[in-house]
Amino acid sequence: MKLLEIRNLKKNYGEKEILKGISFEMDKRETIVVIGPSGTGKSTMLSCINMLTKPDDGEILLNGQDIVKAKNVEKMRQKIGMVFQEFNLFNHLTVLDNVRIGPLKVKKLSKSDATRMALENLRKVGLESRADAYPAELSGGQKQRVGIARALAMEPDLILFDEPTSALDPELVGEVLEVMRKLAKDGMTMLIVTHEMSFARDIADRIIFMENGYIVEEGTPQKILSHPEKERTRQFLSKFRRES
Amino acid sequence: MSHFIFIFIQALPFLLKGLEFTLELAVISIIIGFGIGMLIAIERVYGGKLAYGLSTAYIEIIRGTPLLVQLFILYFSLPQIGIHFSPLVASVISFSLNSGAYQAEYIRGAMQSVEKGQMKAAVSMGMTKWQAIRLVIMPQALRKVLPSWTNEFVYLVKYTSLAYLVGVPELMAQGELVASRNFEFMDVFLGVALVYLVVILIITWAFSFVEKKVRIPGV
Repeated sequence: MKLLEIRNLKKNYGEKEILKGISFEMDKRETIVVIGPSGTGKSTMLSCINMLTKPDDGEILLNGQDIVKAKNVEKMRQKIGMVFQEFNLFNHLTVLDNVRIGPLKVKKLSKSDATRMALENLRKVGLESRADAYPAELSGGQKQRVGIARALAMEPDLILFDEPTSALDPELVGEVLEVMRKLAKDGMTMLIVTHEMSFARDIADRIIFMENGYIVEEGTPQKILSHPEKERTRQFLSKFRRES
Repeated sequence: MSHFIFIFIQALPFLLKGLEFTLELAVISIIIGFGIGMLIAIERVYGGKLAYGLSTAYIEIIRGTPLLVQLFILYFSLPQIGIHFSPLVASVISFSLNSGAYQAEYIRGAMQSVEKGQMKAAVSMGMTKWQAIRLVIMPQALRKVLPSWTNEFVYLVKYTSLAYLVGVPELMAQGELVASRNFEFMDVFLGVALVYLVVILIITWAFSFVEKKVRIPGV
């Protein structure tokens, strides 16, 4: 069974169709990178997958269970981590509490177990020493690494990354990508929306190119980035090369 | 000046007796009002259409009518349909309802000023909406609401003087009582003003202390 199956996912905002029927599958331990022009529904797709946005049509199966029809949405969301472009760390909590609050309050672990879980994941992102700092005292790159640790602490089946480096100063992008590379190598299942093409080439098992609410083409990084079949993909990539 | 001090010291035991009622009224009302305010604010921000409509109506009615009229309705009008309250209870109810409406608006504003991403992040890790409000939104909103909350408490302490008109022996009523006996209207009411002023300065100072204590580091 596939870890994640998405079938004919559709979403409209009023008259505007954002997702026009998206279908793809993900295996456990797979890393998929989604690329495409801005405003083509990449972020909407991610937010549908953990039901922050309710899809209008289609199925999203996690381990064979339909998330859209699930009675207990909260239970399903626990299995799907999310890392945001704007970090969205809880401003009033220390780094430790940001990472600990999920295991403690959602999974109802004991305080000592939750703390152990939090520290272990802070170590993974190299921020154990900042456990007592508050988000406002961190750099952007550090904030995002805490965001990743917070997602990891829930031990999700899958983590969604919504342009995790887009809000960062260029010199801080590297440290976040480094953490994500390590996660991919450790076998975390990741669905990543990003504009970092060379990172996509390195890390992705597959790349999905999306445009105008459709998946235009998908395949290995080699295929999509070097030998795309579709004209639209070629156009996007060439434009991208010019810009970067 | 020495005359004022003499009169003031003479009046002080009476005024302090009144101050007890004043503070009792203000503290109980701000606490009940806070409960009402939280409930109404959450309904207005996260509630359904009906809850939104009802809570909005409540706020508009309370804010659109004078506090004194609300108090008189509770104390003088309701007995005509068989509902009787003691002066103290009528005052507490009307001040609580009134303060609740204002606090609801302060809390709602503060909740809405917490970035949208906070709710998203909370819910996306599997928190229920209620958990997210309790653990993530409210702790931030209540910090932001502290300055307006200080104001509300200060207003409330002063507004409790209206309870004098339904016969609660609070600070204003005690001043009136003393002055009507010794006819020292100037000095007695200056003394009453002084007591209010000192109390309010202490409250303001205490709250700004709390504000500093709960400030989020780095923000």
